[in-house]
Amino acid sequence: MTLEARAISYAYPHGPDVVCEASLGIEEAQVVFLLGANGSGKTTLLECLAGLRTPRSGEILLDGQDLQRLQLRQRARRIGLVPQIHEPTFSYTVAEVVLMGRAPHMGLFTRPSVEDWRAVGRALEAVGLSGLRDRPYTETSGGERQLALIARGLAQGASYLLMDEPAAHLDPHHQAEVFETVSRLASEKLSVVVASHQPNNALLYGDRAVFLIDGRADLQGPPGKAVTASSLRAAYGMDFDILQGSSGEGPRAILPVSRRRGSAPVRD
Amino acid sequence: MNSARGRTTWALVIAVPILFAVALLIGRYGIRIEETFRALFGLDGVSDVFRALVLRVRLPRALAATCIGANLAVTGAAFQGLFRNPLVDSRILGVSSGAAFGAAVALLLSAGTIGLQISAFGFAMLAVGLVFVIGLRFGSSPLVLVIGGLLVSALFNALLGLIKYVADPLSTLPAITYWLLGGLSRTSWIHTVPLAAMTGVGLLFFLAVRWRLNVLTLSDAEASALGVRVRGLRLAVVGVGTVLIASSVAVAGMIGWIGLVVPHVARAWVGPDHGKLIPVSAGLGAATLLVLDTIARNAIATEIPLGILTGLIGVPAFLLLFLRFLRSKGEAQ
Repeated sequence: MTLEARAISYAYPHGPDVVCEASLGIEEAQVVFLLGANGSGKTTLLECLAGLRTPRSGEILLDGQDLQRLQLRQRARRIGLVPQIHEPTFSYTVAEVVLMGRAPHMGLFTRPSVEDWRAVGRALEAVGLSGLRDRPYTETSGGERQLALIARGLAQGASYLLMDEPAAHLDPHHQAEVFETVSRLASEKLSVVVASHQPNNALLYGDRAVFLIDGRADLQGPPGKAVTASSLRAAYGMDFDILQGSSGEGPRAILPVSRRRGSAPVRD
Repeated sequence: MNSARGRTTWALVIAVPILFAVALLIGRYGIRIEETFRALFGLDGVSDVFRALVLRVRLPRALAATCIGANLAVTGAAFQGLFRNPLVDSRILGVSSGAAFGAAVALLLSAGTIGLQISAFGFAMLAVGLVFVIGLRFGSSPLVLVIGGLLVSALFNALLGLIKYVADPLSTLPAITYWLLGGLSRTSWIHTVPLAAMTGVGLLFFLAVRWRLNVLTLSDAEASALGVRVRGLRLAVVGVGTVLIASSVAVAGMIGWIGLVVPHVARAWVGPDHGKLIPVSAGLGAATLLVLDTIARNAIATEIPLGILTGLIGVPAFLLLFLRFLRSKGEAQ
């Protein structure tokens, strides 16, 4: 069970390559963090991995099969996309949002079956939202919305979840709630890719960190090894302090070095 | 679905046939209930005039009102979801402007009642066809379709203006103006049969895909990640919706507000899930137009154009809904 990108490049029409010969593999039960500056190609890469965009060159293999040759519905049963939380136009209930994840399992003209509703129940249970199933999605907190979208991916039956900045707009408590749920699901064989602006979350919850720098994914490895002062500088163009854990388990957190206080002048 | 919603849905299932019967019973000529049923079931004991009145005037008209109400409301609901915009109504893609132009051309050329229906339907389809072409060229996102609809509407409005300008101000121009006000006063079986046929097929389509419509309210990327062929489904919904509106407008002229307000009432009633929203919109739209047309026929000595009536009732209804919405957001007392 792997999802693997081999030297894929992607360019928007009439534009330069946004993703540039990027290679990465997602193993079963792994949480992979995609780190990189704004515009470094994280979302585009996620959309390529979801099969929504066809790379200009290179290939993406799902268990050895070319992703582009899979039928749309087949793909949707394997790979789920969890977008950034957004304000929906209509106030669907949480259960109705999760039910949309059953679309790849339903015929175009069929209504949701008992099995579909059971899958919704299981997915809500798995993210701990069973109590909110009839609550309008628009009246839930950001963290609950993110969990509902994860549940939608689970209802899809996906073994891979691709998450676009799940921590955006969330306070530390809700971030922890979301990532702890993700870690728990990963331990139950779910593979997750998280595009993130927060290297700390990669250190806390990631099995692997991949830096995207101008569309290239050359810097990657276990977060403890890959998240270094030099890789952070290469990715974000600024200096960071790396705080080591007390018991020698490697780096625990990174801290941007403030330029205003002049604590460490930026050298270039 | 909770039990209160279940009850109101059943109320609707019963209300439509009752209102239909009432529409058959009430009219300028006092035909008794018993006579109406005798006429309907082909029994003796009713004069030929009354029989003709029930079978050739009231029945096709009530059926047309039922179809058109359901069509406008269902397409409105589907389009609001499709364009992810609750302020959209079924006329957004230029279908009404196309139909208005087609009808005006037919009236200018004295093409007769069937010619008018065909011309209005044809130009309505042509208008949305142009929007389709724009959509296919530029990626058929909701934004592209809305802008396409805006442009095509403007084009046909200008052409309609041209027809009015050259039309005979004593005969043709009033005919065009009156047609544009909307109404069912000249409806007969010639109009109602094709309308009912298209309504049947179109509504079946919408009932069949109604669960999928929920997914179309998501962003394109999300919807395709859920395994839905977004563009294909969107164009199918727009295509079938256009047939429904075009066939309705070709019979009844411009009838506004049903396609905007009824879906909102339905949504306040059963929530935004299209699984319930589509059938409830259909029933509510049919019921509303049956009531309004019965009022239009009987309220005053001459007939009130239906388009005026829907506007007079639609505006306050929409205002009430909007106030309710603001209150729910805590933005008004």
